[in-house]
Amino acid sequence: MIELRNVTKKYDGIPVVDRVSLTIEKGTVTSFIGPNGAGKSTLLAIISRLLRQDGGEVIIDGIPIEKWGSSELARRISILKQSNQVNLRLTIRELVSFGRFPYSQGHLTAGDWAAVDQALAYMKLTDIQHKYLHQLSGGQLQRAYIAMVIAQDTDYILLDEPLNNLDMRHAVDIMKTLRALVQDLGKTVVTVIHDINFASCYSDCIVVMDQGRIACSGGPQRIIDRSVLCDVYELDFHIETVNNQRICVYY
Amino acid sequence: MTEERYAADRRLIAILALLVAVVSVLYIVVGLKSSTWRYALSLRVPRLLAMIVTGAAAAYSTVTFQTLTNNRILTPAIMGLDSLYVLLQSLAVYLFGAGSVVVSDPRLNFLVVIAGMLAFAVVLYNFLYRREERGLAFLLLVGIILGTFFQSGASFIQMVVDPNEFSVLQNRMLASFNNMNTGILWLAGILLVGAMIVIARQLTTLDVLALGREHAINLGVPYDRVVRRLMVVVAVLVSVSTGLVGPLMFLGLLVANLARERLHTYLHRYLLAAAALISILALVGGQFLAERVFNFAAPISVLINLAGGLYFILLLLKESRA
Repeated sequence: MIELRNVTKKYDGIPVVDRVSLTIEKGTVTSFIGPNGAGKSTLLAIISRLLRQDGGEVIIDGIPIEKWGSSELARRISILKQSNQVNLRLTIRELVSFGRFPYSQGHLTAGDWAAVDQALAYMKLTDIQHKYLHQLSGGQLQRAYIAMVIAQDTDYILLDEPLNNLDMRHAVDIMKTLRALVQDLGKTVVTVIHDINFASCYSDCIVVMDQGRIACSGGPQRIIDRSVLCDVYELDFHIETVNNQRICVYY
Repeated sequence: MTEERYAADRRLIAILALLVAVVSVLYIVVGLKSSTWRYALSLRVPRLLAMIVTGAAAAYSTVTFQTLTNNRILTPAIMGLDSLYVLLQSLAVYLFGAGSVVVSDPRLNFLVVIAGMLAFAVVLYNFLYRREERGLAFLLLVGIILGTFFQSGASFIQMVVDPNEFSVLQNRMLASFNNMNTGILWLAGILLVGAMIVIARQLTTLDVLALGREHAINLGVPYDRVVRRLMVVVAVLVSVSTGLVGPLMFLGLLVANLARERLHTYLHRYLLAAAALISILALVGGQFLAERVFNFAAPISVLINLAGGLYFILLLLKESRA
């Protein structure tokens, strides 16, 4: 369980995350949605200790984030940011093997390599595992990074806009994979997503952020609602139920 | 497949090591005369060792610094670190006078200047990491301004000191390839080995750091602590190379990038070894040519800076296109 208590982050005195309190349950997909600049990515960075909060507490499995050892925490929680420009001469397999660093500090055991092979197979990358990163398409690259996170084998997986720059088919693939991670492997997935319909169809819980605060949170049936979304996005939403899923039309 | 590539890299490193050995032997034996061989050896052996230590220090400091800052254009020399060394040394003469023990004892002088370098490394660390992300262009600009500032500061001090003290400064302290400061050779060698041991224990961590700050933290590297420690190591290494032969400007840039281009790997185990060997090869080979072939007509630092400067412009052009 991830608990946030009054988490605050300020830039030049202006709060970008403002006294956020939230509990993220294990074994769920939680999606953060909200307009640009709402503080979603900042909050995700704080939960994954990429940024330090100015106030409040982040508690992971009952222990405040500052009290965790670096390696120990890296075996519990992982983060994938939206921009992953790596200028290194790396193959997919080498990238994925980095996921085992928290376990073996770079001296991989046979067990580590088995985990790498598994992650590659899970993301259907086995055939192209020896390709270099700069030879890959956007969709393949994103799958490679997700494979690295899978190899890291953490209970909590945080992804900042994992669907960025992906076409619809690849986006659906990624979201199905994330759901499968929760269902098959019992992971907890936390994402920032801009496409509301993806959030609606694949999340157990949606958290709407606006101006650094949580506007509201709950299941898709409750959150994907005119009264909630029109306010936050300042757009006119038309919402339909298709195949039992709430779909927004706002174009 | 991965294994094949590593085998090729290992082969390349073995070839480089062989070349270094050949050039070193040539440097020592070519032109020895039966009448003066003792004297010639007493000059050549320390100089060869000084070049080996310098080459390794320049390569290690640059590769490490590039990995820490995640780019291939910034080097400690371009950030002005070796100019700072000269400035600090001039400052020591100005403040304490040529007669003081801080100046007259080369080893003590070396240690005092290193202390100053470490202080600056901490400032640089804060500048590079404690603020929000800065663009490469900005950092380059700052580096070039700092480098020029340190250089001008050093020449300013050299002008205002007493002429007698200046001659001391010039003769004994401002090292160059034709005036290597072999008096600090053993101390520099020990510091180099110490720095190499610290880096050797962080080899796989360096591999992870090359992925960038966010990936490194995600993978459990205690980022701030590791980076601070490595910045200190870089400052020591720059002091070692500058103390022995003076500022090298582009050597580090040249060899670090050549190693990164030629090898097929991201592993620092190989990158560092290859860069160090290329660096030693360039120094010893270049000095051999300069001394025995060109008869001291063209100083090796000029040759290296010419090659390095051209390569630097090439890199800038390539990066700006990417």
